[in-house]
Amino acid sequence: MPLVKNGTEIDNIWAFVPDEGELSPGGCITVSLGRFRSERDILLARNTDIGVRLEPGDDPHELEEYLDRLQLIEISFPKYTDGRGYSQAQLLRRRFGYAGELRAVGHVLRDQIFYMNRSGFDAYETARADLHEVVNALEEYSDVYQPAAGDRTPVYRKRHES
Amino acid sequence: MYRYDEFDARIVSERVAQFRGQVDRRLSGELLEDEFKPLRLQNGVYLQLHAYMLRVAIPYGQLNGRQLRQLAIVARDYDRNYGHFTTRQNIQFNWVALKDIPDVLAKLAEVEMHAIQTSGNCIRNVTSDHYAGATKDELMDPRPWCEIIRQWSTFHPEFAFLPRKFKIAVTAAEHDRAAIRVHDIGLHIRKRGDVVGFEVHVGGGQGRTPHLATLVNEFVPEAELLDYLEAIMRVYNRFGRRDNKYKARIKILVSELGEAEFRRLVEEEYAAQRDNEKIDLPQAEIDRILAYFAPPELAAKPDTSSAFEALKADDAEFARWARINLHPHKTPGYTSVTVSLKPIGGLAGDATDAQMMTVAHLAETYAYDDIRVSHAQNLVLPHVALDDLPDVYRELKAAGLHTANESLITDMIVCPGLDYCNLANARSIPVGQAVQEVFADPDYQEDIGRLHINISGCINACGHHHVGHIGILGVDKKGEEFYQITFGGRADEKAAIGDIAGPGLKADDVPGALKRVVDTYRELRADKGELFIETLARLGHDPFKEALYAAG
Repeated sequence: MPLVKNGTEIDNIWAFVPDEGELSPGGCITVSLGRFRSERDILLARNTDIGVRLEPGDDPHELEEYLDRLQLIEISFPKYTDGRGYSQAQLLRRRFGYAGELRAVGHVLRDQIFYMNRSGFDAYETARADLHEVVNALEEYSDVYQPAAGDRTPVYRKRHES
Repeated sequence: MYRYDEFDARIVSERVAQFRGQVDRRLSGELLEDEFKPLRLQNGVYLQLHAYMLRVAIPYGQLNGRQLRQLAIVARDYDRNYGHFTTRQNIQFNWVALKDIPDVLAKLAEVEMHAIQTSGNCIRNVTSDHYAGATKDELMDPRPWCEIIRQWSTFHPEFAFLPRKFKIAVTAAEHDRAAIRVHDIGLHIRKRGDVVGFEVHVGGGQGRTPHLATLVNEFVPEAELLDYLEAIMRVYNRFGRRDNKYKARIKILVSELGEAEFRRLVEEEYAAQRDNEKIDLPQAEIDRILAYFAPPELAAKPDTSSAFEALKADDAEFARWARINLHPHKTPGYTSVTVSLKPIGGLAGDATDAQMMTVAHLAETYAYDDIRVSHAQNLVLPHVALDDLPDVYRELKAAGLHTANESLITDMIVCPGLDYCNLANARSIPVGQAVQEVFADPDYQEDIGRLHINISGCINACGHHHVGHIGILGVDKKGEEFYQITFGGRADEKAAIGDIAGPGLKADDVPGALKRVVDTYRELRADKGELFIETLARLGHDPFKEALYAAG
């Protein structure tokens, strides 16, 4: 599935290991929050990059104290209509200051990418949008009305910049 | 009123371009209907029984003449010469072709209008008091804060895919005409000393499980309002139910968690906000928006007008209209005029393109270019000099817009029902019309006084039946339409959900049964000043139930 990050298509070097699956000795892996919770010490002791995949009902607060040990957080959108992932992303980026890769996976459509980007995502795994479309989607609006993740200045500030 | 600056204008025109692309991708088949659905919904486009419907936002119900004229042109060129004003102060066009919608949106953008977030599971158009900025009984004008909320909620990246739609209403008057206690969030502007703040009510709503909102915070200072709203929205977005569409509104979250726990979650989220998350709206921006809503410069006038008094003495029909359709203005010599869209036998909230042109012309000529849409589906000219009322009335009459029934029994809220709507189980329009006929006599309705009858054609309650003094709900029983009657609902500062009186009635029996109820009220009321809803509260529902089911 195409993976787009920071405006370019990149190879996906990460593998999600299902809860019942065996952990490979090497390579970059992501696991569920449940597995991370129960096997955290083993996972963090590995010599490889570790990531966690959050499902919509997961509480990102659980990751707060481990964020500098994680290289990837995937936020899963089983259905694009389930918007809980946007709040998870905002919490991770803006409240907890997570600086690693934040990747949207699952039912990721072109027309959600603008909102995802502003919520703090920087990578999108999407079957339904090519690079050109993703880049276009990110630039659909020149201005924004509210602060969010990222460095866009909301219009209520721009209006009063002298 | 608020006017777009370069930023607002660019955002709206970029939206038009974006939706044009989405429609192209849909028409070419690249987007499946299922994927197109959330996109069209966030642009106010519904797939209805007969065609696509386009809902256009009228922020907090305010229009100027140019905008209303443009709506008339849309009705003429893209619909069948009608527009339908809604209980959320918006307008709907029922017969627009999908391929034309991007062009319609471009036309709207020319006059600073859009259809953004008029549907879909996002924050919808903010509604308010239709007399805002004009009425005597308000603490201040609520519209600047409506506009601030409109901008904040527009394309909010975190809250575009909520569990369900989300409606915010704002009032600043003791008499609540914005129905804030049946909204997801209802805000009442208060003052403590010199500080403006908001009483925050959360979790009101109608639909199949009606709830009155819970008072979550008695006073959120204005500087903190948007941050506080963000906290409420995040709690809802994270914890609101998504397993069942009918349990997904915030009212269910509030009621399942309980008031105390819900408040605790909001306060916890609010307290956890870091500086970098705060909106921290600059005072200069608040002042900028306030300035747009400065009251019109009304020339000083005496309390009374000889032209007005003369025509009242001369023309009984005019005098009646003036008794019923005017609302006191804060400035002596002026008034707010309700333009009723509820003629007997008409379609509640409908206006023709020609009628819209008339009202636009009146607004520009006599009413400081200001028009409002009320949640009761009427239009309002908020600032009219008493001296000009004879001229205004003459033009309204020529356009068939002079019905004198504001807040009377024939001024009903009626949903489109089975005649137009995908969701409905029963017809609303013909039942509403039949009820109107029974009460059509002007003396009779004036004698009855203020009495709100609201009709919904299904349990989704778009016709606000739960909060009608008398509510009518159409239900389908084995292929036959029945109408359930409720008593005692109200949407104002004494908000209440009506109680079901008993078994449903057949459509043909509804008008006669309601006439018996109303005549019982006229016999039992303490005096002519006691409203139906007050007699009902004083005596209980039994005498009225008895009348409802008494054999004809």
